[in-house]
Formats: sequence, C-alpha cells, structure tokens
Amino acid sequence: MLSFILKRLFIIIPMALLVITLTWALIRIAPGSFYSGEKQLPPAIEENIKKKYGLDKPWYSQYLLMLGNVTCRTLAEGEVTKNGLQFSIGQTTVKCFDFGDSLKYQGQSVNEIIRRHLPYSVTLGILAYLLALVIGLAAGIIAALKQNSPLDYGSMALAMLGLSLPNFVLGPILVLVFALGLHWLPPARWGNLSNVILPVITLAAIYMAYIARLTRAGMLEVMRSDYIRTARAKGLNETTVLLKHGLRGGIIPVVSFTGPALAGLLAGTVVVEKVFAIPGLGNIFIQAVLNRDEPLILGIVAFLSILIMIFNLAVDISYGFLDPRIRYE
Amino acid sequence: MTENVEIVKGASLWGDAWKRLLKNKLAVFGLIVISIMVIAVIIGPAIIRWTTGFTPDYIPSDVGSGELVSSFPPSMTHPMGTDDQGRDLLARVLQGGRISLTVGIISTFVSLLVGVSYGAIAGFLGGRIDNLMMRIVDIIYAIPYILIVIVLLSVFGGPNTPNWIQSLSETFGGAGNQGMSQIFLLFFALGLVSWLTMARVVRGQVLSLKNQEFVLAARATGVSSFGIIFRHLVPNALGPVIVYATLTVPSVMLTEAFLSFLGLGVQAPYASWGSLASDGIKNISIFPWQLIFPGVTMALTLFSLNFLGDGLRDALDPQTRKF
Repeated sequence: MLSFILKRLFIIIPMALLVITLTWALIRIAPGSFYSGEKQLPPAIEENIKKKYGLDKPWYSQYLLMLGNVTCRTLAEGEVTKNGLQFSIGQTTVKCFDFGDSLKYQGQSVNEIIRRHLPYSVTLGILAYLLALVIGLAAGIIAALKQNSPLDYGSMALAMLGLSLPNFVLGPILVLVFALGLHWLPPARWGNLSNVILPVITLAAIYMAYIARLTRAGMLEVMRSDYIRTARAKGLNETTVLLKHGLRGGIIPVVSFTGPALAGLLAGTVVVEKVFAIPGLGNIFIQAVLNRDEPLILGIVAFLSILIMIFNLAVDISYGFLDPRIRYE
Repeated sequence: MTENVEIVKGASLWGDAWKRLLKNKLAVFGLIVISIMVIAVIIGPAIIRWTTGFTPDYIPSDVGSGELVSSFPPSMTHPMGTDDQGRDLLARVLQGGRISLTVGIISTFVSLLVGVSYGAIAGFLGGRIDNLMMRIVDIIYAIPYILIVIVLLSVFGGPNTPNWIQSLSETFGGAGNQGMSQIFLLFFALGLVSWLTMARVVRGQVLSLKNQEFVLAARATGVSSFGIIFRHLVPNALGPVIVYATLTVPSVMLTEAFLSFLGLGVQAPYASWGSLASDGIKNISIFPWQLIFPGVTMALTLFSLNFLGDGLRDALDPQTRKF
C-alpha cells in the first residue's frame, strides 16, 4: 500500500513536467508573442523587450531556465527573489516553484495572483461537488430501489435533461427566474451565502445528473450480487444491507468519476465565473491565455494539473477502503 | 458457402438490434428529433429565404434608422424573434445548427479514426507495446485537457492558424476566410482530445476477439497484420464503437458550445448554437428569447442524442451496463 502510494506520487512529477513542457511548447510554437500588437514595433524596442525577458537566448536555454524556475534551482551569488519557496542548504540557497511575474499584471507575481483568486474557484467547486454528491446519490439510490417505477423514470429523465443543458444556458435562465423575476436571490457577484446559491446549482447540475446515473447503474448491479443475498440471508434488516453492503460497492463508479468531475468542475467554473461575475481563477486563466501571459498560463496549468493528479491518486487509494476485494501490489 | 451463412447471421444481428431499438420509446423519440433537426438545418435556411426573404445575415435597412431597438420579440414574421442587429433568429439558429452539428460529427469522426486505429493496434500487438500505448492513454487522461485545448485554440486561432488547416478549409469550406479555418481548427482540437475512451473500448474488444478462429483462419490464408486489424477485427468491434460514437457527438457539441461561449470557438461571421447563446446572454434581462431559443434548440438536440446513444447501447451492447 505504502509503496503503491509512493510510486504514484513519484509519477506525478514527470507528468507535471510533461504538462508544463507541452503548454510551454504550444505557446512558443505559435507565431507572434505577448508584446506584438496591431502596430509593428521599432526593431530597437523589440530588441530591448527581447533582452529584458531573455527571449534573445536560444530556445533550449530559455526552456531550461523556465524549467529551473518552476521546479527548483540554486540562486546565484547576490541574487534576490521575492517569489516561491526558499531554503538554504549550507552556503547555497535553493529556490522552488517560482513562476515569475505576470507579463500583463505588472509587478504581480504569478504565485500571488493564484493565491488571491483560487479561493473563489475552490469554494464554488467544492460546494458544487458536495451538492451534486448528496442529490445525485439520493436520486440514484431511490431510482435503483424503485426500478421501473414512475419515480425511476422521472429522476432519470431529469438527469438526462441535466446532462443536455449547457451550464451557460442554465445559469442565465436561473438568474432570469430567481433573481430578475422573483427577486429571491442576487443575480451576480460575491458576498454572502445567498450569492453562492445560483452559481453552485448551475455548476452542480451536470454532475448531479452523472452521479445519479452512475449510482443507479452501480446499485442495480451490486444489489443482484451474491454477497447481498448472503447479507439478507444472515437476517440483516434492509437498511443495513443497503447502506453497509450495497452502497459501498455501488458507489465505486461514482468515486472513479471524481477525477473527471474535478477536471470538469474547474472548466465549468470558467463559465460560471463569467456568468455571475465572480473573480475566480477561471477568468484569470482565460484572460491570461488571450493576453499570451506565458508565466501566468504556465502557473495556472501546472497548479491545476497537479491538483487533479493528487485527487486522482486519493481516489485510487480510497478504492481499497470501499471494496475489500481490491488489493494493491 | 460459409460466406453466405455468415452474411445471414450478420444481418440478423443488426436486425435484432434494430428491433430492440424500436421498442425503446425514448430512443425512437431521440431518433425522430435528430432526423427532423438534421433535415431542418439542411433545408431550413433555404425555405426561410424562399418564403420570407430572410437570410441569417440579412439586416433590414429600416431598422436602426428611426427605431430605437432592432430586437423584436417572436411574431408571425420572425417565429423566434430577431437578434440585436435585427436579423431573423430562426434563420440564424438553423444556420448555427449546421455548424454545431458539423463540428460534432466531424470531430467525432476524427476521434473515431484516431481512437479505433490506436486501440485496435494496441490490442492486436499486445505485450510490451500494448502496455506502453495504454500507459500513454492513462497519462493523457490525467491531463486537464480543456486547459490545453483553450491554450491551443487561442494560440493557433485568428491570424496564427497553421497553413495546412487554412488550405484544408479553403479546399472543403469554400471561401478561405478566418472564421472557416477557425472551425476547421475546432474539428482537430476537439477530435484529438476525445479519442481516449474510444481507444480503450476498441482495445478491449480486440483483445477478446483476436484469439478466435476467424482471425487464425485469416492469418492462415496469408492476410497481413494490417488487413487482419482493419478488415477482420475492427468490423467485428463495430457495435460498441457505434455506441460510443453516438455518445461522443453530444459531448463534443457541448465542448464546442462551451468554447464558443468563451469566444474561442466559432467566430463571426459564422455562428453556432454556443456563440448564439453567448450573444443572447448579453441582453438576457430585456430580450430573453435571444438566449432561450438557441439554448433550448441545442438542449433538445443533445437530449435526443443522449437518449439515442443510451438506446443504441442497450440494443447493440446488452452486455455492458455502465451507466
């Protein structure tokens, strides 16, 4: 078990490097750059900009410098830096995870920007996933227990609707009805709990639907298996059979869906942040991409990728606790 | 002789599946809605032009001169109202449907090409190569692809479109302008990120098929590995492939709409359901129909495609009971 976790943790490092390299290459392969605009710059000015950002060096040394900054490198004599993690080993100072300054937001470091805007996106994402989990599980279990009843068909049709309604259509419609029509909730912005309700519902809808469908299918399969018959034969009451034996096996598909769901939630917050005017990381990312703000793009992509990979690892570990038949070599 | 027997058996398999599909009311509903939608987006714009004279780009000359707004609510002349330029929304939704459905179908086709070849080759070769190929798939699975697609589209969009995509869009899309090559870029960007599940499914099928007698027979008669993979194994794995292709279409369309909403997908002068809905959101409190009609049309199409995909899975692939 421990060696499994360590092995998987170790794999995250090359994968994160791969993602960073891929993103960096994509930005660099494309013609043009962050300083090119409608007007052609005088060659002397362009020369100076290139020098300032180290773009006059050959591509491999630029790549190695970038890689050194975002992972770890030793500081040169007298070099000062305000970003990233710093520690000293004897005489040498080592600096890690420094994505540098944003090219667009002058004087702000990427680490700082991520730290400032991440809480909004994470709050939305976690609340939406919890909501989707609670309602999706409940709907899926009920649908599976009352298979082929109107309740089953109704909740599954509703789930299908949730899968088919894009969140940028659902969000504005919710605003139209509950904010502009009924005046129950504020239409946009961040503040207290009432501001969060509509964005969270918008974000959660599609995952609620997925989880309901996964739970129903998983429960239907598990409730037919031998160990459930054994549990019933032991004389356990139906609630115990359902919650202690059935649910544990039945929600495994839901647990494996957590990884894709998390990736999707991060993408979904981009839309929700735009619709509800929330200053989260998603909007910052889109802006950074449109501005070709290379350090910021790299920082956000790297941060979110590692976050998703760690969650995927946590999911894989949790299988062992849920299903006693799963063992790790 | 044996060939005849095989043909009869094959036909009955598909006939059986068709019968099972027809019994599923929701799948039939989906099939009908999709058929109507496809016919409507193909001939609809022409009919509207013929009956009322509106085209998706027609801006009435009297609008904007004396009147304050050019957005009209639904009426007899404009069944879905007009957009904020005074253009007929029904014509625009049908025109946008063409783009959305085309993006959905062609991107799925790209993902089919990549996914089926990749999965079939991995499954057939087996051993270390299979292991390596599937680990690569696992790694790509863990990458938040939407971030990469956003970077890809914005970096290669606009004036930076690669030459081969530009010439491709000139060959197939007619007049080579910026909007069309952006759509062609979408085909590849979406296709190249949605082949992973397909590769896994096909590999699984090929693994279970490749030790059967007909493969041995083909090998004995001297068919090359390439021939065995694409003439003998892939056709036999077609059922699950069709099912997953049907389910890939709505998910690709949803991603296209998402990207168009962010302004990275389909761009003016072209429109898709996603970009129409995105335009409609700006005026939602005053002219709600500008969001609701494109949005609902799109939701209805995705709804039907999902039902059809589910029905096809039950009909063609009764073994798998994934959700």
